[in-house]
Amino acid sequence: MIPSLSPNPVTDVQRLFTYPFMINALAAGTIVAILGGVVGWYVVLRRQAFASHTLSVMAFPGATGAALAGLPTALGYYVACTAAALAIGRAGRTRGAATRAQTGESAVIGTVQTVGLAAGFLFLSLNHSILGGPETLLFGTFLGITNGQLLALLLVALAALGVLAVLARPLLFSSIDREVARAGGVPVALLDALFLVVLGLAIAATSQLTGALLVFALLVAPAAAAQQITLRPLAGLLLSVALALLTIWLALAIAYYSIYPVGFYVTTIGFAVYVLARVTRRIRTR
Amino acid sequence: MIDTAIHTGSAASAVALRSATVRVGGRPILSDVSLTIGQGEFVAVLGPNGAGKSTLMKAILGLVPLAGGSIDVLGRSPRQARAQIGYLPQRQAFDAATRVRGVDLVTLGLDGSRWGVPLPITARARRRRREERARVDEVIELVGAGAYGNRAIGELSGGEQQRLLIAAALVRRPRLLILDEPLDSLDLPNQASVAGLIRRIATTENVAVLLVAHDVNPLATYLDRVVYLARGRALCGEVEEVITARTLTDLYGTPVEVLRTSDGRLVVVGQPEAPHHHGHRHG
Repeated sequence: MIPSLSPNPVTDVQRLFTYPFMINALAAGTIVAILGGVVGWYVVLRRQAFASHTLSVMAFPGATGAALAGLPTALGYYVACTAAALAIGRAGRTRGAATRAQTGESAVIGTVQTVGLAAGFLFLSLNHSILGGPETLLFGTFLGITNGQLLALLLVALAALGVLAVLARPLLFSSIDREVARAGGVPVALLDALFLVVLGLAIAATSQLTGALLVFALLVAPAAAAQQITLRPLAGLLLSVALALLTIWLALAIAYYSIYPVGFYVTTIGFAVYVLARVTRRIRTR
Repeated sequence: MIDTAIHTGSAASAVALRSATVRVGGRPILSDVSLTIGQGEFVAVLGPNGAGKSTLMKAILGLVPLAGGSIDVLGRSPRQARAQIGYLPQRQAFDAATRVRGVDLVTLGLDGSRWGVPLPITARARRRRREERARVDEVIELVGAGAYGNRAIGELSGGEQQRLLIAAALVRRPRLLILDEPLDSLDLPNQASVAGLIRRIATTENVAVLLVAHDVNPLATYLDRVVYLARGRALCGEVEEVITARTLTDLYGTPVEVLRTSDGRLVVVGQPEAPHHHGHRHG
């Protein structure tokens, strides 16, 4: 079943585009990398890696719950991640808090995360027949992305990127210097909430490929690497997207010729990119 | 002449408080405070912890509501005047993980509250962008941060960060600058040089400066006047008039001594810290 590599690398690359499932996977990967690269850049800047991790964990009960209810799993991803984003945003909102650290956000996040995992486990026990078992939901697959899923991914990504384009500068301002932004009339609490929702959507989209637990590889690693390499906001965003694209394309290509899940390759490549970026920075600043 | 009476609050003043009262959680933080700050004046706001210095600044910014009286900023309400106020809150330093340049921070002071993505497609948009970049460079030079404006702000010293933050507060050409304890985290030579910088800015840019401080000494030679807060009340006047045993004893309601060291520094002895906040849990 696993295709083997030929001596000619050009044919190997051409073969990636032979099957519709692979074309869908590459298209989905491209959408997800662009979205994740942009959203992730803000996540790293805002130090919301923990919140992102929790939202990604919520994809697990979302998918298992949807399967149990007989609904499309993709719908479960979007609903669960967005609902968790709203819950974290609402519970973490404290009037007049100067920093997000002061809002008690992390305690709320930790609590939401545990409940989410437990619910997912329960749904799984109630229904053993869901697609591919828990490994797929947790660690990802690139098989069987339907045209419908692809269209949903595209629409969600366009909506999320559209919102981010409007919020771009005030969100950057409130991420770097919250108090000054607030004094300058930037609605920081509203931005916190909106960004969490955008983050929830990005994570729901990404976890369909990478699985709930390995979202980080596309969301945080490329962005963190980009911020090691450049300090300029626009250059950083573009580099973050480029590194995310590189990660997912390489991972999909390798996974096609291998028996191991795509999530493993995404994670390993993401990690390697990050380590390389850190080493580069250290050498440059020496 | 020291007084707490109402000055003539004309449109020429930068800030005018008339019998302003602020309550936080039902407790009066400022009671019946009246004072006037003129355009281009450099004024320090002093007083013990919990005297309401930061609250006074927030009231002038329109961030806390008044329970009584009124505040005029540049002849208008605080909210209407907000675009003309530069504000630097009391804050922690940026840590080393903050991967943003000083230039970006200053630029956000200019355009950080604008929605949407700037697309320099029309000639007008390109000209505007050029002008804004020139303004950013100008304020960075003004605060003497030209040498490190392109470095990550988290890697800079406290004094360097403070200069860039002041540049960010100045970039929109405000007519009132509110700085909440900008000298607090700096060593003594940096306190003196930042105080000198602020004096120069107040004069050359004709911007009124309200600076919250713990210690008047690094500022004393640069200031036009001081506002001294205690027990919810305020005294306003020149340093030599306000920081005397007689006026401070009167303000605190307990005996206070003011000593002058041989090098001219003022030391206030016996000032009760946070006189009515600690130990009272019935608020």
